[in-house]
Amino acid sequence: MACEQWRGNLDAYVDGELQAAEAGALGRHLRECAACASDVLERVQLKRSVQAAGKRYTATANLRNRIQKTISTKPRRDAGWLWKLLAVPALSVLVLSAAVGFYIRNETERRQRVYSELADLHVAALASSAQVDVVSTDRHTVKPWFQGKIPFTFNLPELQGSEFTLLGGRVTYLSQTPGAHLIYQVRKHEVSVFIFQDRGEETTSLPSGPVHAQSFTVQNWAQNGLRYFVIGDVGTEDIQALSKLLQNAR
Amino acid sequence: MKVQEDNPSVARFEELAMPLFDQLYNFARWLTQDTAEAEDLVQETYTKALRGFSSFQTGTNFRAWMYRILRNSFLSSRTGLKTTIALDGENDDRVLPAETTTPESVLIEQVDRELVQQALTELPVPFREILLLCEVEEMSYQEISETLVIPIGTVMSRLSRARKRLRDLLQKKSDGGRYGV
Repeated sequence: MACEQWRGNLDAYVDGELQAAEAGALGRHLRECAACASDVLERVQLKRSVQAAGKRYTATANLRNRIQKTISTKPRRDAGWLWKLLAVPALSVLVLSAAVGFYIRNETERRQRVYSELADLHVAALASSAQVDVVSTDRHTVKPWFQGKIPFTFNLPELQGSEFTLLGGRVTYLSQTPGAHLIYQVRKHEVSVFIFQDRGEETTSLPSGPVHAQSFTVQNWAQNGLRYFVIGDVGTEDIQALSKLLQNAR
Repeated sequence: MKVQEDNPSVARFEELAMPLFDQLYNFARWLTQDTAEAEDLVQETYTKALRGFSSFQTGTNFRAWMYRILRNSFLSSRTGLKTTIALDGENDDRVLPAETTTPESVLIEQVDRELVQQALTELPVPFREILLLCEVEEMSYQEISETLVIPIGTVMSRLSRARKRLRDLLQKKSDGGRYGV
């Protein structure tokens, strides 16, 4: 067979670089020549192996973002200056107000979730036949009872001379976190005090003053890495008075 | 929006250049053999290309233009300067005659991916890059010629030599490896 005339063209054939006429002629030759056909097969296989092996590295999303930023933050050269002058601030305001709106809605939702969860706990405890698991008016009995049941300790106030009475305590959970639930009484009203470890993400945005949520008054604050909530159907003054006692407890 | 032919906009650049990102990175990583260097190289390529985009001739091959910028940046980098780009006997544009094929050489197809990757790594840069452009990027000879700024005849001879070298390397690895004894 006159293979020599084809030998130099096998790569180009495999790479699809031959003219149609040439490729046709070489194709006919391959049907007759086992040596050239096997050579072409081997080249195709090598080509495929390199193709598969060569697709090896993937860039990080980080690099892509970085580059995207580099090339898209440049000013658009074809944009009119007037358009920019008007549209950019307008857009910024739009985006900003949307973002702020979203943020506020988010925060409000989160706060409401925390408050309604606490209100549920408070109501559930009051409705329960056994309101508390440790029944005692003595803070020196209640405080040690929590030891080993919750992962922190806290101080309870001396109530002598105040209108408040301690009824007892129980272990409770807020967002899967264990905490202490104490129930105080003031003029026939029960007020709940919740103490959790302050994890920040759930509670940092809560307002510091007393707020009214679902007909309850709630006050919260952070102290020594703990987050306190005082919640009850009493007036703001009572909630604040009990909060003050707790804040000053030694 | 219609982009003016003589004033391609930045938006147009982004539209053309971002789809090439993954391929360019892969190519850069093969050239540099180092992740951090490859990242810098791709970053540099995009920065340079954006800056020079006004000089890009619309109607010419954008992909080849981007690869050329990447490759030139590589060659002027610290690692790139250490690589030899000149090849012996490059000037004769003669295509090497193929060796007589033995049925055993068909086994090359079955050598695993890793072996091929290892062999590609061992190839000199001019061979490695032309194989990647041809097989992985599936560039035509014309595109390769524009990317590497060499005549088409040289594309063909270099490709032929690169494949021969790769085959030899794989054969050696296969013989000394699991196909040995």
